[in-house]
Amino acid sequence: MAGRPLPRFPEPDTQAFWDATKEHKLTYQVCAKGHIVFFARAHCPTCGSREMTVKESKGEGTVYSYSVVRLNRHPAFAALGPYAVAYVDLDEGFRVLTNLAGLADPVNEAKIGARVKVRWEDQEGGLSLPMFAPA
Amino acid sequence: MVSQKRDAAIVGIYEYPKRKAPGVTALQIKAECAARALEDAGLSWGDVDGLYDAQDGAGSAGLGLAEYFGFKPNVIDTTQVGGSSYEFHAAHARRDIAAGKCKVALLTYGSTAHSDARRIGTGGGGGGGYSPGSSSPLSNMTDPWGMTLISNYGMVASRHMYQYGTTSEQLAHISVATRAHAMRNPEAVQAMKDLEFVGINEITVQDVLSSRMVADPLHLLECCMVSDGGGAVVIASPEVARNCKKKPVWIIGSGEATRYSENGSDITISAAAQSGPPAFGEAGITPAEIDIAMIYDSFTITVLVMLEDLGFCKKGEGGAFVGGERLHYKSPLKPVLNTDGGGLSSNHPGMRGIFLLLEAARQLRGESTSQVEGAKLAVAHGNGGMLATSHTGGTIILARD
Repeated sequence: MAGRPLPRFPEPDTQAFWDATKEHKLTYQVCAKGHIVFFARAHCPTCGSREMTVKESKGEGTVYSYSVVRLNRHPAFAALGPYAVAYVDLDEGFRVLTNLAGLADPVNEAKIGARVKVRWEDQEGGLSLPMFAPA
Repeated sequence: MVSQKRDAAIVGIYEYPKRKAPGVTALQIKAECAARALEDAGLSWGDVDGLYDAQDGAGSAGLGLAEYFGFKPNVIDTTQVGGSSYEFHAAHARRDIAAGKCKVALLTYGSTAHSDARRIGTGGGGGGGYSPGSSSPLSNMTDPWGMTLISNYGMVASRHMYQYGTTSEQLAHISVATRAHAMRNPEAVQAMKDLEFVGINEITVQDVLSSRMVADPLHLLECCMVSDGGGAVVIASPEVARNCKKKPVWIIGSGEATRYSENGSDITISAAAQSGPPAFGEAGITPAEIDIAMIYDSFTITVLVMLEDLGFCKKGEGGAFVGGERLHYKSPLKPVLNTDGGGLSSNHPGMRGIFLLLEAARQLRGESTSQVEGAKLAVAHGNGGMLATSHTGGTIILARD
Protein backbone atom coordinates (compact mmCIF):
# COMPACT_ATOMS: atom_id res chain seq x y z
CA MET A 1 0.00 0.00 0.00
CA ALA A 2 2.73 2.42 -0.99
CA GLY A 3 1.86 6.05 -1.13
CA ARG A 4 0.04 6.61 2.13
CA PRO A 5 1.23 9.63 4.07
CA LEU A 6 3.55 8.14 6.69
CA PRO A 7 4.99 9.52 9.93
CA ARG A 8 7.91 11.85 9.40
CA PHE A 9 11.02 12.19 11.50
CA PRO A 10 12.75 13.68 13.41
CA GLU A 11 9.78 13.68 15.76
CA PRO A 12 11.10 12.63 19.18
CA ASP A 13 7.77 11.87 20.94
CA THR A 14 6.53 9.25 18.48
CA GLN A 15 9.84 7.89 17.12
CA ALA A 16 10.03 4.90 19.51
CA PHE A 17 6.40 3.92 18.87
CA TRP A 18 6.96 3.77 15.14
CA ASP A 19 10.35 2.05 15.49
CA ALA A 20 8.60 -0.72 17.48
CA THR A 21 6.14 -1.26 14.63
CA LYS A 22 9.03 -2.51 12.52
CA GLU A 23 9.00 -5.57 14.81
CA HIS A 24 5.18 -5.67 14.83
CA LYS A 25 5.05 -4.46 18.42
CA LEU A 26 2.11 -2.23 19.42
CA THR A 27 3.33 -0.15 22.36
CA TYR A 28 1.81 2.25 24.87
CA GLN A 29 3.16 3.97 27.96
CA VAL A 30 2.42 3.89 31.66
CA CYS A 31 3.60 6.70 33.94
CA ALA A 32 5.00 6.38 37.45
CA LYS A 33 1.52 6.81 38.92
CA GLY A 34 -0.01 4.19 36.64
CA HIS A 35 -1.75 6.45 34.14
CA ILE A 36 -2.03 4.89 30.70
CA VAL A 37 -0.70 7.15 27.96
CA PHE A 38 -1.29 7.13 24.20
CA PHE A 39 0.01 8.61 21.91
CA ALA A 40 3.57 8.43 23.17
CA ARG A 41 4.92 11.46 24.94
CA ALA A 42 7.83 12.34 27.22
CA HIS A 43 5.35 13.34 29.94
CA CYS A 44 2.08 12.04 31.33
CA PRO A 45 -0.86 14.21 30.19
CA THR A 46 -2.80 13.29 33.33
CA CYS A 47 -0.25 14.15 36.04
CA GLY A 48 2.82 15.63 34.37
CA SER A 49 5.10 12.77 35.42
CA ARG A 50 8.15 12.33 33.24
CA GLU A 51 8.85 8.77 34.36
CA MET A 52 7.38 6.86 31.47
CA THR A 53 7.56 3.09 30.95
CA VAL A 54 6.90 1.56 27.54
CA LYS A 55 4.69 -1.56 27.47
CA GLU A 56 3.65 -3.87 24.71
CA SER A 57 -0.04 -4.43 24.00
CA LYS A 58 -1.53 -7.82 23.15
CA GLY A 59 -3.21 -6.03 20.27
CA GLU A 60 -6.75 -7.06 21.14
CA GLY A 61 -9.62 -4.63 21.55
CA THR A 62 -13.06 -3.39 20.63
CA VAL A 63 -14.24 -1.04 17.87
CA TYR A 64 -15.34 2.21 19.59
CA SER A 65 -16.52 3.97 16.44
CA TYR A 66 -15.88 4.06 12.71
CA SER A 67 -16.73 5.80 9.46
CA VAL A 68 -16.41 4.33 5.99
CA VAL A 69 -14.67 6.81 3.71
CA ARG A 70 -16.27 6.83 0.25
CA LEU A 71 -14.36 9.81 -1.08
CA ASN A 72 -10.73 10.77 -0.48
CA ARG A 73 -9.00 12.59 -3.29
CA HIS A 74 -5.54 11.58 -2.04
CA PRO A 75 -4.39 9.01 -4.65
CA ALA A 76 -3.25 6.36 -2.13
CA PHE A 77 -6.65 6.32 -0.48
CA ALA A 78 -8.71 6.87 -3.62
CA ALA A 79 -7.25 3.57 -4.88
CA LEU A 80 -8.55 1.64 -1.86
CA GLY A 81 -12.26 1.89 -2.54
CA PRO A 82 -14.42 2.34 0.57
CA TYR A 83 -12.33 1.84 3.72
CA ALA A 84 -13.12 2.19 7.41
CA VAL A 85 -11.38 4.70 9.66
CA ALA A 86 -11.92 3.67 13.26
CA TYR A 87 -11.15 4.20 16.90
CA VAL A 88 -10.26 0.94 18.63
CA ASP A 89 -10.14 0.64 22.42
CA LEU A 90 -7.35 -1.77 23.34
CA ASP A 91 -7.91 -4.08 26.29
CA GLU A 92 -5.01 -2.44 28.16
CA GLY A 93 -7.02 0.81 28.27
CA PHE A 94 -5.76 2.97 25.43
CA ARG A 95 -7.51 4.15 22.27
CA VAL A 96 -5.94 4.19 18.81
CA LEU A 97 -6.97 5.76 15.54
CA THR A 98 -6.65 3.08 12.87
CA ASN A 99 -8.22 1.40 9.85
CA LEU A 100 -10.32 -1.75 9.97
CA ALA A 101 -8.82 -4.59 7.93
CA GLY A 102 -10.09 -7.94 6.74
CA LEU A 103 -13.58 -6.74 5.83
CA ALA A 104 -14.71 -7.55 2.28
CA ASP A 105 -17.54 -5.01 2.56
CA PRO A 106 -16.73 -2.43 5.24
CA VAL A 107 -20.01 -0.55 4.65
CA ASN A 108 -22.02 -3.53 5.87
CA GLU A 109 -19.48 -5.43 7.96
CA ALA A 110 -17.93 -2.75 10.17
CA LYS A 111 -19.60 -2.76 13.58
CA ILE A 112 -19.17 -0.75 16.77
CA GLY A 113 -18.50 -3.12 19.65
CA ALA A 114 -16.88 -5.76 17.42
CA ARG A 115 -13.86 -7.57 18.86
CA VAL A 116 -10.75 -7.00 16.78
CA LYS A 117 -7.08 -7.94 16.73
CA VAL A 118 -4.10 -6.10 15.34
CA ARG A 119 -3.07 -6.91 11.77
CA TRP A 120 0.16 -5.35 10.54
CA GLU A 121 0.48 -3.79 7.14
CA ASP A 122 4.14 -3.32 6.27
CA GLN A 123 5.13 -0.13 4.49
CA GLU A 124 8.01 0.72 2.22
CA GLY A 125 10.89 1.89 4.38
CA GLY A 126 10.26 -0.61 7.17
CA LEU A 127 7.46 0.92 9.24
CA SER A 128 4.33 -1.13 9.73
CA LEU A 129 0.80 0.16 10.28
CA PRO A 130 -1.27 -1.46 13.04
CA MET A 131 -4.70 -2.11 11.55
CA PHE A 132 -7.43 -4.16 13.16
CA ALA A 133 -9.25 -7.18 11.76
CA PRO A 134 -12.08 -9.27 13.25
CA ALA A 135 -10.74 -11.32 16.17
CA MET B 1 -31.91 40.06 33.82
CA VAL B 2 -30.91 42.75 36.32
CA SER B 3 -27.64 41.04 37.08
CA GLN B 4 -26.56 41.06 33.44
CA LYS B 5 -23.49 43.13 32.74
CA ARG B 6 -23.55 45.19 29.57
CA ASP B 7 -19.86 45.84 29.10
CA ALA B 8 -19.65 45.58 25.32
CA ALA B 9 -21.90 45.38 22.29
CA ILE B 10 -21.78 44.41 18.64
CA VAL B 11 -22.31 47.73 16.85
CA GLY B 12 -21.19 47.01 13.29
CA ILE B 13 -21.53 43.97 11.04
CA TYR B 14 -20.82 43.03 7.45
CA GLU B 15 -20.85 39.74 5.54
CA TYR B 16 -18.95 39.60 2.28
CA PRO B 17 -21.72 38.91 -0.25
CA LYS B 18 -19.75 36.73 -2.66
CA ARG B 19 -18.97 33.04 -2.15
CA LYS B 20 -16.90 32.82 -5.29
CA ALA B 21 -14.36 35.61 -5.48
CA PRO B 22 -11.54 34.80 -7.90
CA GLY B 23 -8.73 37.34 -8.09
CA VAL B 24 -9.35 38.72 -4.61
CA THR B 25 -7.16 37.92 -1.61
CA ALA B 26 -8.20 37.06 1.92
CA LEU B 27 -6.56 40.28 3.11
CA GLN B 28 -8.57 42.36 0.64
CA ILE B 29 -11.78 40.68 1.77
CA LYS B 30 -10.87 41.42 5.39
CA ALA B 31 -10.16 45.10 4.67
CA GLU B 32 -13.33 45.64 2.65
CA CYS B 33 -15.45 43.96 5.33
CA ALA B 34 -13.72 46.06 8.01
CA ALA B 35 -14.55 49.30 6.21
CA ARG B 36 -18.19 48.32 5.64
CA ALA B 37 -18.75 47.08 9.20
CA LEU B 38 -17.37 50.38 10.51
CA GLU B 39 -19.73 52.25 8.13
CA ASP B 40 -22.59 50.11 9.44
CA ALA B 41 -21.68 51.24 12.96
CA GLY B 42 -21.18 54.86 11.97
CA LEU B 43 -17.57 54.69 13.11
CA SER B 44 -14.37 55.69 11.33
CA TRP B 45 -11.36 53.68 10.23
CA GLY B 46 -9.27 55.56 12.79
CA ASP B 47 -11.57 54.64 15.70
CA VAL B 48 -10.32 51.04 15.84
CA ASP B 49 -8.04 50.45 18.84
CA GLY B 50 -8.41 46.69 19.27
CA LEU B 51 -7.47 44.15 16.58
CA TYR B 52 -8.63 40.51 16.75
CA ASP B 53 -7.36 38.17 14.07
CA ALA B 54 -7.40 34.42 13.42
CA GLN B 55 -4.23 34.51 11.31
CA ASP B 56 -6.18 33.93 8.11
CA GLY B 57 -4.61 36.62 5.97
CA ALA B 58 -1.67 34.99 4.18
CA GLY B 59 1.13 35.30 6.71
CA SER B 60 -0.23 38.49 8.20
CA ALA B 61 -1.35 38.33 11.80
CA GLY B 62 -0.88 40.82 14.59
CA LEU B 63 1.81 43.20 13.45
CA GLY B 64 1.40 42.31 9.78
CA LEU B 65 -2.35 42.87 9.77
CA ALA B 66 -2.08 46.10 11.79
CA GLU B 67 0.30 47.47 9.18
CA TYR B 68 -1.75 46.24 6.22
CA PHE B 69 -4.91 47.81 7.63
CA GLY B 70 -3.04 50.89 8.83
CA PHE B 71 -3.97 50.61 12.52
CA LYS B 72 -1.94 51.19 15.66
CA PRO B 73 -4.10 49.21 18.08
CA ASN B 74 -3.72 49.09 21.86
CA VAL B 75 -4.79 45.44 21.88
CA ILE B 76 -3.75 42.69 19.46
CA ASP B 77 -5.22 39.20 19.89
CA THR B 78 -4.30 36.53 17.33
CA THR B 79 -6.08 33.56 18.90
CA GLN B 80 -6.40 30.86 16.24
CA VAL B 81 -8.83 28.11 17.22
CA GLY B 82 -10.27 27.30 13.81
CA GLY B 83 -13.94 27.96 13.23
CA SER B 84 -14.52 29.03 16.82
CA SER B 85 -11.87 31.78 16.67
CA TYR B 86 -14.47 34.55 16.35
CA GLU B 87 -16.45 33.48 19.41
CA PHE B 88 -13.17 33.47 21.33
CA HIS B 89 -12.37 36.91 19.88
CA ALA B 90 -15.78 38.29 20.88
CA ALA B 91 -15.25 36.99 24.42
CA HIS B 92 -11.78 38.51 24.57
CA ALA B 93 -12.90 41.82 23.07
CA ARG B 94 -15.65 42.15 25.66
CA ARG B 95 -13.14 41.39 28.43
CA ASP B 96 -10.58 43.85 27.04
CA ILE B 97 -13.21 46.58 26.64
CA ALA B 98 -14.50 45.98 30.19
CA ALA B 99 -10.93 46.29 31.44
CA GLY B 100 -10.54 49.61 29.64
CA LYS B 101 -7.81 48.35 27.29
CA CYS B 102 -9.69 49.32 24.13
CA LYS B 103 -13.02 50.85 23.06
CA VAL B 104 -13.54 49.75 19.46
CA ALA B 105 -12.62 46.14 18.68
CA LEU B 106 -12.48 44.86 15.11
CA LEU B 107 -12.83 41.19 14.13
CA THR B 108 -12.27 40.28 10.49
CA TYR B 109 -12.28 37.13 8.37
CA GLY B 110 -11.33 36.51 4.78
CA SER B 111 -10.91 33.27 2.86
CA THR B 112 -10.56 32.11 -0.72
CA ALA B 113 -10.98 28.42 0.12
CA HIS B 114 -13.25 27.79 -2.86
CA SER B 115 -11.09 29.54 -5.44
CA ASP B 116 -8.01 27.80 -4.05
CA ALA B 117 -9.85 24.47 -4.58
CA ARG B 118 -8.95 23.44 -1.05
CA ARG B 119 -10.04 19.88 -0.32
CA ILE B 120 -11.08 20.65 3.21
CA GLY B 121 -13.40 17.70 3.72
CA THR B 122 -12.14 15.01 1.41
CA GLY B 123 -8.36 15.24 1.17
CA GLY B 124 -5.21 13.93 2.77
CA GLY B 125 -4.38 11.41 5.39
CA GLY B 126 -5.34 12.91 8.70
CA GLY B 127 -8.16 15.23 7.74
CA GLY B 128 -8.17 18.95 7.23
CA GLY B 129 -5.04 19.37 9.31
CA TYR B 130 -2.72 17.40 7.03
CA SER B 131 0.17 19.55 5.93
CA PRO B 132 3.03 18.14 3.93
CA GLY B 133 5.47 20.65 5.36
CA SER B 134 5.82 19.71 8.99
CA SER B 135 5.36 16.80 11.35
CA SER B 136 4.14 16.70 14.93
CA PRO B 137 3.21 13.93 17.37
CA LEU B 138 -0.43 14.34 16.30
CA SER B 139 0.26 14.35 12.57
CA ASN B 140 2.45 11.27 12.94
CA MET B 141 -0.38 9.39 14.63
CA THR B 142 -3.16 10.51 12.25
CA ASP B 143 -1.68 10.94 8.75
CA PRO B 144 -1.46 7.24 7.81
CA TRP B 145 -5.11 6.48 8.35
CA GLY B 146 -6.86 8.50 5.64
CA MET B 147 -9.19 10.10 8.14
CA THR B 148 -10.84 12.78 6.03
CA LEU B 149 -12.47 15.60 7.95
CA ILE B 150 -15.90 14.27 7.02
CA SER B 151 -15.08 10.76 8.29
CA ASN B 152 -13.88 12.33 11.54
CA TYR B 153 -17.39 13.73 12.05
CA GLY B 154 -18.81 10.49 10.66
CA MET B 155 -17.27 8.64 13.62
CA VAL B 156 -19.12 10.95 16.01
CA ALA B 157 -22.38 10.34 14.15
CA SER B 158 -21.82 6.55 14.14
CA ARG B 159 -21.21 6.52 17.86
CA HIS B 160 -24.20 8.79 18.56
CA MET B 161 -26.42 6.42 16.59
CA TYR B 162 -24.97 3.42 18.46
CA GLN B 163 -25.39 4.95 21.93
CA TYR B 164 -28.70 6.72 21.50
CA GLY B 165 -30.47 5.25 18.51
CA THR B 166 -30.21 8.49 16.57
CA THR B 167 -31.13 8.12 12.88
CA SER B 168 -30.12 9.68 9.58
CA GLU B 169 -33.75 10.80 9.17
CA GLN B 170 -33.46 12.83 12.35
CA LEU B 171 -30.14 14.39 11.33
CA ALA B 172 -31.61 15.27 7.93
CA HIS B 173 -34.08 17.69 9.55
CA ILE B 174 -31.12 19.97 10.27
CA SER B 175 -30.26 20.16 6.55
CA VAL B 176 -33.93 20.69 5.66
CA ALA B 177 -34.33 23.65 8.04
CA THR B 178 -31.12 25.40 7.04
CA ARG B 179 -31.93 25.01 3.34
CA ALA B 180 -35.40 26.49 3.89
CA HIS B 181 -33.72 29.51 5.50
CA ALA B 182 -31.11 29.71 2.74
CA MET B 183 -33.83 29.91 0.07
CA ARG B 184 -35.10 33.09 1.76
CA ASN B 185 -31.61 34.66 1.76
CA PRO B 186 -30.69 36.07 -1.69
CA GLU B 187 -26.96 35.87 -0.95
CA ALA B 188 -27.29 32.20 -0.02
CA VAL B 189 -29.26 31.48 -3.20
CA GLN B 190 -26.57 33.20 -5.25
CA ALA B 191 -23.92 31.24 -3.32
CA MET B 192 -25.54 27.93 -4.26
CA LYS B 193 -25.72 29.06 -7.90
CA ASP B 194 -22.08 30.18 -7.93
CA LEU B 195 -20.92 26.95 -6.30
CA GLU B 196 -22.99 24.93 -8.77
CA PHE B 197 -25.26 23.16 -6.30
CA VAL B 198 -27.46 20.53 -7.92
CA GLY B 199 -31.03 21.58 -7.17
CA ILE B 200 -31.29 25.04 -5.67
CA ASN B 201 -34.59 24.60 -3.88
CA GLU B 202 -36.04 23.59 -0.57
CA ILE B 203 -35.18 19.98 0.24
CA THR B 204 -36.90 17.12 2.02
CA VAL B 205 -35.62 14.50 4.45
CA GLN B 206 -35.78 12.03 1.57
CA ASP B 207 -33.60 14.31 -0.59
CA VAL B 208 -30.93 14.24 2.12
CA LEU B 209 -31.11 10.47 2.51
CA SER B 210 -30.97 10.00 -1.27
CA SER B 211 -27.87 12.13 -1.68
CA ARG B 212 -24.68 10.12 -1.96
CA MET B 213 -22.83 8.88 1.08
CA VAL B 214 -19.52 10.71 1.54
CA ALA B 215 -18.34 9.13 4.79
CA ASP B 216 -20.78 6.86 6.62
CA PRO B 217 -23.22 7.80 7.98
CA LEU B 218 -22.96 11.34 6.55
CA HIS B 219 -24.59 12.08 3.19
CA LEU B 220 -23.58 14.86 0.82
CA LEU B 221 -26.49 17.08 1.90
CA GLU B 222 -25.33 16.77 5.52
CA CYS B 223 -21.99 18.41 4.67
CA CYS B 224 -21.25 22.12 4.42
CA MET B 225 -20.13 23.86 1.27
CA VAL B 226 -16.59 25.12 0.67
CA SER B 227 -16.95 28.77 -0.33
CA ASP B 228 -14.91 31.93 -0.53
CA GLY B 229 -16.04 34.68 1.77
CA GLY B 230 -15.50 36.70 4.87
CA GLY B 231 -16.93 39.22 7.23
CA ALA B 232 -16.31 41.72 9.98
CA VAL B 233 -17.73 42.51 13.40
CA VAL B 234 -17.19 45.72 15.37
CA ILE B 235 -17.55 45.44 19.15
CA ALA B 236 -17.58 48.63 21.21
CA SER B 237 -17.82 49.96 24.75
CA PRO B 238 -21.24 51.13 26.05
CA GLU B 239 -20.15 54.79 25.66
CA VAL B 240 -19.23 54.27 22.00
CA ALA B 241 -22.24 52.03 21.37
CA ARG B 242 -24.68 54.72 22.47
CA ASN B 243 -23.56 56.95 19.61
CA CYS B 244 -23.54 54.32 16.86
CA LYS B 245 -26.01 54.25 13.95
CA LYS B 246 -27.73 50.99 14.87
CA LYS B 247 -29.02 49.65 18.17
CA PRO B 248 -26.34 47.76 20.06
CA VAL B 249 -26.47 43.98 20.42
CA TRP B 250 -25.06 43.21 23.85
CA ILE B 251 -22.63 40.41 24.65
CA ILE B 252 -23.96 39.10 27.95
CA GLY B 253 -22.16 35.80 28.36
CA SER B 254 -19.22 33.82 27.03
CA GLY B 255 -17.51 30.48 27.47
CA GLU B 256 -14.45 28.84 25.93
CA ALA B 257 -13.40 25.20 26.01
CA THR B 258 -11.17 22.54 24.50
CA ARG B 259 -11.82 18.83 24.13
CA TYR B 260 -9.86 16.02 22.51
CA SER B 261 -9.93 12.26 22.21
CA GLU B 262 -8.66 10.55 25.34
CA ASN B 263 -8.54 6.95 26.47
CA GLY B 264 -12.10 6.01 27.33
CA SER B 265 -13.62 9.39 26.42
CA ASP B 266 -17.09 9.81 24.94
CA ILE B 267 -16.77 11.42 21.50
CA THR B 268 -20.47 12.25 21.38
CA ILE B 269 -19.77 15.01 23.92
CA SER B 270 -18.27 18.22 22.55
CA ALA B 271 -16.46 21.18 24.09
CA ALA B 272 -19.86 22.94 24.19
CA ALA B 273 -20.62 20.94 27.35
CA GLN B 274 -17.85 22.95 29.03
CA SER B 275 -18.24 26.33 27.29
CA GLY B 276 -22.05 26.51 27.50
CA PRO B 277 -22.71 26.52 31.27
CA PRO B 278 -20.42 29.47 32.13
CA ALA B 279 -21.85 31.45 29.21
CA PHE B 280 -25.46 30.89 30.26
CA GLY B 281 -24.51 31.39 33.92
CA GLU B 282 -22.90 34.74 33.20
CA ALA B 283 -25.90 35.81 31.13
CA GLY B 284 -28.27 34.76 33.89
CA ILE B 285 -30.54 32.92 31.47
CA THR B 286 -31.38 29.33 30.55
CA PRO B 287 -31.22 27.71 27.11
CA ALA B 288 -35.04 27.58 27.11
CA GLU B 289 -35.09 31.39 26.85
CA ILE B 290 -32.97 31.51 23.67
CA ASP B 291 -34.86 32.59 20.54
CA ILE B 292 -32.08 32.14 17.97
CA ALA B 293 -29.52 29.34 17.95
CA MET B 294 -26.62 30.02 15.62
CA ILE B 295 -24.79 26.72 15.82
CA TYR B 296 -21.74 25.74 13.77
CA ASP B 297 -23.18 23.54 11.03
CA SER B 298 -20.13 22.06 9.38
CA PHE B 299 -22.18 18.85 9.36
CA THR B 300 -25.60 17.86 10.67
CA ILE B 301 -24.06 15.90 13.54
CA THR B 302 -22.16 19.00 14.71
CA VAL B 303 -25.45 20.81 15.32
CA LEU B 304 -27.14 17.84 16.99
CA VAL B 305 -24.31 17.29 19.46
CA MET B 306 -24.01 20.99 20.29
CA LEU B 307 -27.74 21.51 20.84
CA GLU B 308 -27.51 18.72 23.41
CA ASP B 309 -24.30 19.95 25.00
CA LEU B 310 -25.56 23.54 25.27
CA GLY B 311 -28.55 22.19 27.20
CA PHE B 312 -31.40 22.66 24.72
CA CYS B 313 -32.26 19.01 25.37
CA LYS B 314 -30.80 16.12 27.32
CA LYS B 315 -27.75 14.26 26.08
CA GLY B 316 -28.85 11.64 23.59
CA GLU B 317 -32.25 13.22 22.92
CA GLY B 318 -31.07 15.52 20.12
CA GLY B 319 -32.46 13.26 17.42
CA ALA B 320 -36.02 13.60 18.70
CA PHE B 321 -35.46 17.30 19.49
CA VAL B 322 -34.61 18.37 15.92
CA GLY B 323 -37.51 16.50 14.31
CA GLY B 324 -40.46 17.96 12.47
CA GLU B 325 -40.43 21.68 11.68
CA ARG B 326 -39.06 22.64 15.06
CA LEU B 327 -35.91 24.43 13.82
CA HIS B 328 -37.71 26.43 11.11
CA TYR B 329 -37.91 30.19 11.65
CA LYS B 330 -41.71 30.08 11.74
CA SER B 331 -41.70 27.39 14.42
CA PRO B 332 -43.68 28.27 17.56
CA LEU B 333 -40.99 26.50 19.58
CA LYS B 334 -37.63 28.00 20.55
CA PRO B 335 -34.94 28.13 19.40
CA VAL B 336 -34.86 28.41 15.63
CA LEU B 337 -31.65 27.36 13.90
CA ASN B 338 -29.22 29.12 11.56
CA THR B 339 -31.64 31.52 9.93
CA ASP B 340 -29.07 32.70 7.36
CA GLY B 341 -28.94 29.25 5.75
CA GLY B 342 -25.90 28.12 7.69
CA GLY B 343 -22.69 26.56 6.49
CA LEU B 344 -24.76 23.81 4.91
CA SER B 345 -26.49 26.16 2.45
CA SER B 346 -25.13 29.73 2.69
CA ASN B 347 -21.51 30.31 3.66
CA HIS B 348 -18.60 28.16 4.83
CA PRO B 349 -15.13 29.26 3.72
CA GLY B 350 -13.44 27.10 6.38
CA MET B 351 -13.94 29.05 9.60
CA ARG B 352 -17.61 29.87 9.87
CA GLY B 353 -17.65 31.28 13.40
CA ILE B 354 -17.90 34.94 12.39
CA PHE B 355 -21.14 34.35 10.47
CA LEU B 356 -22.77 33.02 13.63
CA LEU B 357 -22.20 36.39 15.29
CA LEU B 358 -23.34 38.27 12.18
CA GLU B 359 -26.69 36.50 11.79
CA ALA B 360 -27.35 36.52 15.54
CA ALA B 361 -26.82 40.30 15.48
CA ARG B 362 -29.11 40.68 12.44
CA GLN B 363 -31.87 38.80 14.24
CA LEU B 364 -31.55 40.93 17.36
CA ARG B 365 -31.65 44.07 15.20
CA GLY B 366 -34.63 42.78 13.19
CA GLU B 367 -32.65 42.55 9.93
CA SER B 368 -32.67 38.84 9.06
CA THR B 369 -34.14 37.50 5.83
CA SER B 370 -35.86 34.91 8.06
CA GLN B 371 -36.69 37.29 10.88
CA VAL B 372 -38.14 35.88 14.08
CA GLU B 373 -40.62 38.42 15.43
CA GLY B 374 -39.56 39.79 18.78
CA ALA B 375 -36.28 37.90 18.99
CA LYS B 376 -34.54 38.98 22.20
CA LEU B 377 -31.83 36.44 22.95
CA ALA B 378 -29.41 34.51 20.76
CA VAL B 379 -26.58 32.07 21.22
CA ALA B 380 -23.66 31.75 18.81
CA HIS B 381 -21.66 28.59 19.29
CA GLY B 382 -18.55 28.09 17.17
CA ASN B 383 -16.58 24.92 16.74
CA GLY B 384 -12.91 24.71 15.75
CA GLY B 385 -10.79 21.73 14.81
CA MET B 386 -12.38 18.31 14.41
CA LEU B 387 -15.08 16.88 16.63
CA ALA B 388 -13.82 13.29 17.00
CA THR B 389 -10.19 14.21 17.59
CA SER B 390 -9.38 17.64 19.01
CA HIS B 391 -11.61 20.68 18.92
CA THR B 392 -12.55 23.93 20.60
CA GLY B 393 -15.91 25.40 21.48
CA GLY B 394 -16.73 29.07 21.91
CA THR B 395 -20.16 30.15 23.21
CA ILE B 396 -21.43 33.74 23.05
CA ILE B 397 -24.80 34.85 24.41
CA LEU B 398 -26.25 37.98 22.83
CA ALA B 399 -29.16 40.20 23.90
CA ARG B 400 -31.24 42.82 22.11
CA ASP B 401 -30.88 46.37 23.40
